[in-house]
Amino acid sequence: MSSLTNEQLERYSRHIILQQVGGKGQEKLLGSKVLVIGTGGLGAPATMYLAAAGVGTLGLVDYDVVDLSNLQRQIIHQTPDVGRPKVDSGRETIAAMNPDVEVHTYNERVTAANIRDIIRDQDYDFIIDGTDNFPAKFLINDACVLEQKPFVHAGIIRFEGQLMTYVPGAGPCYRCVFQTMPPKDAVPTCRQAGILGVMGGIIGTLQATEALKYLLGIGELLTGYLLTYDALTMKFRKVKIPRNPHCAICGEQPTITELIDYEQPACDLRKH
Amino acid sequence: MKLTVNGEPLEIEHPISLEELLVVAKAEQPEYVTVELNGEFVDHAGFASTRVQDGDTVEFLYFMGGGAR
Ligand SMILES: [Zn+2]
Repeated sequence: MSSLTNEQLERYSRHIILQQVGGKGQEKLLGSKVLVIGTGGLGAPATMYLAAAGVGTLGLVDYDVVDLSNLQRQIIHQTPDVGRPKVDSGRETIAAMNPDVEVHTYNERVTAANIRDIIRDQDYDFIIDGTDNFPAKFLINDACVLEQKPFVHAGIIRFEGQLMTYVPGAGPCYRCVFQTMPPKDAVPTCRQAGILGVMGGIIGTLQATEALKYLLGIGELLTGYLLTYDALTMKFRKVKIPRNPHCAICGEQPTITELIDYEQPACDLRKH
Repeated sequence: MKLTVNGEPLEIEHPISLEELLVVAKAEQPEYVTVELNGEFVDHAGFASTRVQDGDTVEFLYFMGGGAR
C-alpha cells in the first residue's frame, strides 16, 4: 500500500505514471533531502523544480538580499522581495508552490567553519552548488569529498555553462579537473561579464535533473563527465574526465585533510 | 596532421607543443585552462614539453563561476 495521499497521487501523477519513477520513486523523493547552496541564477530554478517535484526536504543557503538586478534570472524571487533575505523569499516561493516540502534556511555565507555542520544539519542526501565564486566552489567540493556526499557543480557566464556531478568513490571531483583556484578577478564573474538570464534556468534545471536521477537511482549521471553548453551555437558537449590520482583532496595521497577558507589570491600577485 | 580540439577538427602543418597549440587554437586565458590530451590531464608544467601527434584529441576545460549573484 502506498503512503501517498490522494492529493499527492494527483499532484505527482505525471511522475507516478513514469515507469522509472512510479509511486515508489515519488515516495523516495518525498523522503529525500537536498541542500542548495546559493539561491541565485542556478539555485533559484533548481530549487523550484526540486520543490515542484516533491523533494521532501530542501535546505537553502544564502547570505545575500534580493537585488533588483537579480530578478532578470533569479525566478524564485519576486519584485516585492527586493531588499529581503534571499532565503526568506525562497522559502515563501516554495511554501506557496508545494506544502509537501519542508524548508530549512541558512542565512549565512558558507565557510570552512560552518559548511560541514550545514551539510550534517539534516544529513542531506545531495548538494547543489549554485554559488557564483571560486572560493565557495572549491569549499563545497572539498567539504563534499570530506563528508562523502554527492554534489553537482555548475558554472555559467555570458552564453555558456558547465556542470559535472561528483559521487564519492565513483569518479573525479571538481578539484581533479580544476586543481587550484584562479586568482581573484582573473576569471570574470557574471557581475563583471554579464549573463543571459535563461542560462541559470538551463543549467540550474540540469542540476536539479542530476539530483532527481541520483535520488531515484535512474539513468546515467554526469559522473566522470563535464557537460558544457554554448547557447549561441546551441551545442552541448559531454567531455569525459578522468580522476586525477594526484588530486589534493580525493587523490591517492591527499594534502587537504581539513577545510580552510579559500581566499582568492589577488590578480596582480599572479606569477607567470 | 589532424587533431580534434574541443570536438572540432583542426589541421596543423607539423608537430607542435601543447603550449603552441593553446595559441594556435586560440584558447582563452591559457594560464588558467585545464588541458586534457587523449583523456588524460596534462600539468601546466608539461605544456611546453608535451607535443601533440596526428590523431590526438585535446580538450580545453575552462573555469566557469557565476550562478548566484
Ligand atoms: Zn579530486
